[in-house]
Amino acid sequence: MKKLFNTLLLAVLALAVVPAAPLRAADAPAPSLEQRIASLEAYVNNTDPTAPLKDKDGKIPDGLATPTSAAAGPGHNGFQMVCAALVLFMTLPGLFLFYGGLVRKKNMLSVVAQCFGIAGLVTILWYLFGYSFVFADGAKAWIGDFSKFAMLKDVGPGPNTNYAYWVSHSVFSMYQLMFAIITPALILGAIAERMKFSAVLLFVGIWMVVVYFPLAHWVWGVNGAMNGVWNADAKIKAIDFAGGTVVHMSSGWSALILCLILGPRIGHPKEPMQPHSMTMCAIGTGMLWVGWYGFNAGSAVAADGIAANAFMTTTIAAAVASFVWALLEWVLRGKPSILGFCSGAVAGLVVVTPACGFITAGGSFAIGILAGLVPFLACAYLKPAFKYDDALDTFGVHAVGGTLGAILTGMLARNSANGNLATNLKAQVTDTLFQPLLVEQLKAVVVTLVLSIVATVIIAFIVKAVVGLRPTEEVERTGLDVSEHGEEAYHG
Amino acid sequence: MKKIEAIVKPFKLEEVKDALHEVGIEGMTVSEVKGFGRQKGHTEIYRGSEYTVDFLPKIKVEVVVADGKAAEVTAAIIKAAKTGKIGDGKIFVSTVEEAIRIRTEEKGESAV
Repeated sequence: MKKLFNTLLLAVLALAVVPAAPLRAADAPAPSLEQRIASLEAYVNNTDPTAPLKDKDGKIPDGLATPTSAAAGPGHNGFQMVCAALVLFMTLPGLFLFYGGLVRKKNMLSVVAQCFGIAGLVTILWYLFGYSFVFADGAKAWIGDFSKFAMLKDVGPGPNTNYAYWVSHSVFSMYQLMFAIITPALILGAIAERMKFSAVLLFVGIWMVVVYFPLAHWVWGVNGAMNGVWNADAKIKAIDFAGGTVVHMSSGWSALILCLILGPRIGHPKEPMQPHSMTMCAIGTGMLWVGWYGFNAGSAVAADGIAANAFMTTTIAAAVASFVWALLEWVLRGKPSILGFCSGAVAGLVVVTPACGFITAGGSFAIGILAGLVPFLACAYLKPAFKYDDALDTFGVHAVGGTLGAILTGMLARNSANGNLATNLKAQVTDTLFQPLLVEQLKAVVVTLVLSIVATVIIAFIVKAVVGLRPTEEVERTGLDVSEHGEEAYHG
Repeated sequence: MKKIEAIVKPFKLEEVKDALHEVGIEGMTVSEVKGFGRQKGHTEIYRGSEYTVDFLPKIKVEVVVADGKAAEVTAAIIKAAKTGKIGDGKIFVSTVEEAIRIRTEEKGESAV
């Protein structure tokens, strides 16, 4: 009896698990062998698998489909999942080791806590409405759609062909989530060692809704106002491959404003505040560099030739900038430092981010040199001259580097590096240094600057009024780890 | 009895220890300390931030010996720890009133 019951149970489970065969009307047209092969070839070339099914008017006859015309392609999809994990790896633990090594040991865990806190908070916002706001189609150019993909409704294993022909919609949404996590985490570098944990979370929560989600929608949303590559009706025909404006400029400029409102750390600049572990900082830098391949090459949203080009340009820019920064220190100050190598690598990666999928190897070499030079000058001379306490140089590296990258992208984008530039930007990309695209990039820079600065001022004062920005002097002197988290990073 | 405190460069510790062994010293106390004298500190630069590090790491060796042995011991330490460069350290000699071995409760010179 029991055996019979078990068999029945298994049968019921099997019925529930095995998907029903897709229902197809008896008279649905069958694809020809040529259509099936062309649909499959589209996988190799990362093109539209439904293109061979369309008739002369560009319409697909009712019910016509091939086995691969609406499925995710395993290679592209697998690549994208690895890239998503790499981008998360940039924050946890890459960024918290890079930043954590640079703070004093009494504040190491506060950086870790802030990174984890942001990972959770941003994921919740992303799930509830963030993803929908940024990427839902049919939204307005300047304002996204809160509800279409709210709670990741209809975000399934099939591709969302607005963004990728062969990557699952679910994977795409998680990949983009990792960008949303690291961006506010970058701000932490400017406010390290002196902001209440509750204030950090409240600030980031509002900042995501007011700054990141709109900006990401404008630049990457399929009908976003600044999506020059894919939106033929873009108001500003700017381009940003992996987040120069959206990620680095927004976080970097907001970081400067927040650090000015917050004020310097107690004791700055009289008391010594050396990094507590340059080893940890260097480990974090290595992780950032490796993770950045997911960030930049992955932004092609396919394992295709554009991703391959971005992989190459990313490597060259990072390595050259790291070398140049340390070399400048050697010449101007006598010693090439580890922090110099690390800062240069990160600066190179930041500057090449908006450009990596649009430029040639030569372009990335030029970016590497400028990325080693300009942010170095900002960190070494601008900061001491103006005496602001950008504790870990978020402004010097990310704001200066991100802005430089957005401008250089306008000058160095080439049709030979990315054929998609010819789709909607024929008039802008003329393969010269001062091509019309540069003006569009400058417009995007101004829009990003204004949004980041104005919004940060307002949010900072709201947070100050609601929970307060700074901990008490005693808490700050003791260290945020013991005071706010009840733990110490190192014992004995 | 005399207490001899020698502040020396960290990398000289092994040579000082061996030299003390050779003159018959059987026990000593060693601690890692920080400080500065005429050598002063050094400057560390982290991007735009410069810090002067005043306190340099040194090793302090303490031994207590019979009055008559103090000169021989200080000479041995000087010979072992000297590099001739600034920052070699200092030796302080002071008088000790009493010494007690806890296990046997022996007192005086037989306890050191």
